[in-house]
Amino acid sequence: MPPFLFMDRITKTFPGVVANNEVTLEVKQGAIHALLGENGAGKTTLMNVLYGLYQPDAGRIHLRGEVVRFDSPSDAIAHGIGMVHQHFMLVSAFTAAENIVLGLPSAHPPRLDLRAAGKRIAELSATYGLEVEPGACVWQLPVGAQQRVEIIKALYRGADLLILDEPTAVLTPGEASDLFRILRRLAVEGHTIIFISHKLNEVMDVSDRVTVLRDGRVVTTIETARTSPRELAQMMVGRPVLMEFERAEAQSGEAVLHVENLTALSDRALPALRDVSFEVRRGEILSIAGVDGNGQSELAEVLSGVRRPTAGRVRLLGHDLTGASPRAVIEANAGYIPADRRAAGLVTDFTLAENFILKSFADAPFCRWGWLDLQAIERHAGRLLRDFDIRAPSARVPARQLSGGNQQKVVLARELSRRPGVLIASQPTRGLDVGATEYVLRNLLAQRARGAGILFISTELEEILAVSDHIAVLYEGEIMGIVPGPGADAHEIGLMMAGARRSAPLARGHA
Amino acid sequence: MNRLRALTRIKLGGVVLGLAPVWAILAALLLGTALIAVTGASPIEAYRYLLRGAFGNANSLGDTLIKTTTLVFAGVGMAFAFRCGVFNIGGEGQIYIGALFATVIGLLRLPPVIHLPLALLAGFVGGGLWAAIAGWLKARRGLNEIIVTIFMNYIAVILVSYFVTGPLKEPPGYYPQTAEVAVASQLPVILPGSRLHAGLLLALVSAVVIWVVLRRTSLGFQVRAVGANPTAARHAGINVEGNIVLAMFISGGLAGWAGTAEVLGVQHRLRDFFLVGFGYDAIAVALLGQSDPFGVILAALFFGTLRTGSGAMQRGVGVPTALVFLIQGLAVIFVLIGTVLRARPQLLKSKKGESVRDLVGRIGRTVLKRRAP
Repeated sequence: MPPFLFMDRITKTFPGVVANNEVTLEVKQGAIHALLGENGAGKTTLMNVLYGLYQPDAGRIHLRGEVVRFDSPSDAIAHGIGMVHQHFMLVSAFTAAENIVLGLPSAHPPRLDLRAAGKRIAELSATYGLEVEPGACVWQLPVGAQQRVEIIKALYRGADLLILDEPTAVLTPGEASDLFRILRRLAVEGHTIIFISHKLNEVMDVSDRVTVLRDGRVVTTIETARTSPRELAQMMVGRPVLMEFERAEAQSGEAVLHVENLTALSDRALPALRDVSFEVRRGEILSIAGVDGNGQSELAEVLSGVRRPTAGRVRLLGHDLTGASPRAVIEANAGYIPADRRAAGLVTDFTLAENFILKSFADAPFCRWGWLDLQAIERHAGRLLRDFDIRAPSARVPARQLSGGNQQKVVLARELSRRPGVLIASQPTRGLDVGATEYVLRNLLAQRARGAGILFISTELEEILAVSDHIAVLYEGEIMGIVPGPGADAHEIGLMMAGARRSAPLARGHA
Repeated sequence: MNRLRALTRIKLGGVVLGLAPVWAILAALLLGTALIAVTGASPIEAYRYLLRGAFGNANSLGDTLIKTTTLVFAGVGMAFAFRCGVFNIGGEGQIYIGALFATVIGLLRLPPVIHLPLALLAGFVGGGLWAAIAGWLKARRGLNEIIVTIFMNYIAVILVSYFVTGPLKEPPGYYPQTAEVAVASQLPVILPGSRLHAGLLLALVSAVVIWVVLRRTSLGFQVRAVGANPTAARHAGINVEGNIVLAMFISGGLAGWAGTAEVLGVQHRLRDFFLVGFGYDAIAVALLGQSDPFGVILAALFFGTLRTGSGAMQRGVGVPTALVFLIQGLAVIFVLIGTVLRARPQLLKSKKGESVRDLVGRIGRTVLKRRAP
């Protein structure tokens, strides 16, 4: 018997990236199949190809033994495929029932017959344990229930192959275990499920088989029962360290950033940081490793003053900055490189010269008695353009005209020109090419040599291994352990990134 | 060769788009000729009557510049709020409350030397506080400033009606109006033979001051940063909430001066419905002037001219006065299209196989999707 789904050597390229390189995926009917990999490994691209959102450059899709071709999601839906996206596609002002029938012809046109739909929704709910109140407006529903609406929406359209893209990313642990119960029930009833994740414990919990992707290629496909989290972690992150930097021995001084039992909530008011403690010393780089979305952005926001912690203490260069304003953090002489340079780091409509003084516009020599000294601002801009080798026609062009790498250089130039005692760099290499990445990392090392204490938050293990003096691993808002940077074991860190605690016998990196 | 062509296109595009208000006005007038021709009149004759009606003698010139004065005050006010990213629709209400505050001071018996300055100060503070309420509700409570300011317009107009029919009604008391404000508090006439008063000079000075504030002071820098990217401004340690409230105070204060100038310079007393629709026209003026004080002066003069001259045009060649509203609207639409094209020049590049109709449609949709300037 042919497999239920067979994706045969799928290749999909985007300008400059091979997202899927001859990826072959075989899925059995009634199975829960996990697709595991780091960010950017090609999981979502592969599923978007299957769902008809992308057309593959090469390769074929066989479904139920027949070759199929999907030009759009509606083709895929017609073939019984349903997808629940990471960001739900629901109209929040409509009820659950209205969302479920949205876009489908009514049973009794021109009347919108929601009663018949309601009956069918009730049946689906009962069969699979998908508890949903059909008359409730979506905006009133908790996220877990919204996700159930999405699943019913797919089933209502006759889906027997269900794709879920990182379904637990937005769920509380309780909601996640509810979801897993539903998925098992669906599988028992003969539905096939493909489940995208980068969380090892979930994959171990719920899947029958798992395919590991790395850099757009399949590493392996294996029965979940015949593997272990350790082995999966190795396959997921186990690539050689490519970057090598010359680094002087750390000239560690006193602690300049002291974080104690820090606890904070996310935008959705869920715990994002739990009891996080660490310290950064002068002349050292402490890295925060971890898979994206495990509390890194909240940590950076609390430290830079834009998010209030709910408990704990932050001391920076002798100032108590717990719950302080961004201005207080800046005045304590901390530099901050936000993860999203276009949204938080730059005013992209401002000129480069204006962006350079975004934090110091009110200080001498740029400002006297409320008046801006345009000449001083211009001189400063010219100096930074030269010193940081920023490729721009002049300091008078708006920042939005620059490439991503040069934009990041503008942020870097602004922060470093203030000679910060502590530098918080949140994902400073995100979206940059190799050359720009190297430039950023070299500058971090130069600041370290100057004697600044540096907190380097990154999802790129390779970069962390290349520059760190100490590595702390963040998982679901908790520090799994802190290890010394030189000679750190990538596999061990990979395991901690997946939720394994630092084994006891090894001493903590530093107290 | 290709590079050269691309270069000239960019340079030319920059210059053309930089003078967007001028081009938008010219394009609107040009399209206006076609509309006039449709009514059967001669466009040249029509525009001749329009100009004569607006500038033909001291009296008409004065009326044109009085309307311009009102629109410069209120338009620069709206523009200042826009630059801080706040869409102040409350010019109308701020005009009324500013006029009310100025009138109250104008009615008092005060030493002549300080009477006018105090009345002006009161007018600014009145409009400013009225607007700052909406700013505070946005900054601290997250209420949408568009909704709040529109509601507050109704409240302000009715409040003025209450005062001029109740507590502030003139002593004999037949009309819904106050007594005449003290002569010492009135703005002097500056063009003999017309009603044009010194408010025009104050309006022009205000526009220059706002221009300087925006470009050359740390206050303007903060306001612009908050308007262009509040998230980045907050990360840079700028007090976003405080700047929103302050920008609304200044914005409303300037609108308040539009009402103040009308009372102290023209009508010399406060009546109910004394100045209708200028708060909304000011939004169009600010948009047409691209939220730049000098652009606003130009746009205000354009609006003032059309409004004053339209009557003469109708009498002379029979073109309905409503035509000028069309021309005003067209100018605003053209300048908005220009704004979008400047921000996203790639829109101008036609896609493969795209007809002109599709191209125009695509640009139109993008323009409509864009919110405040």
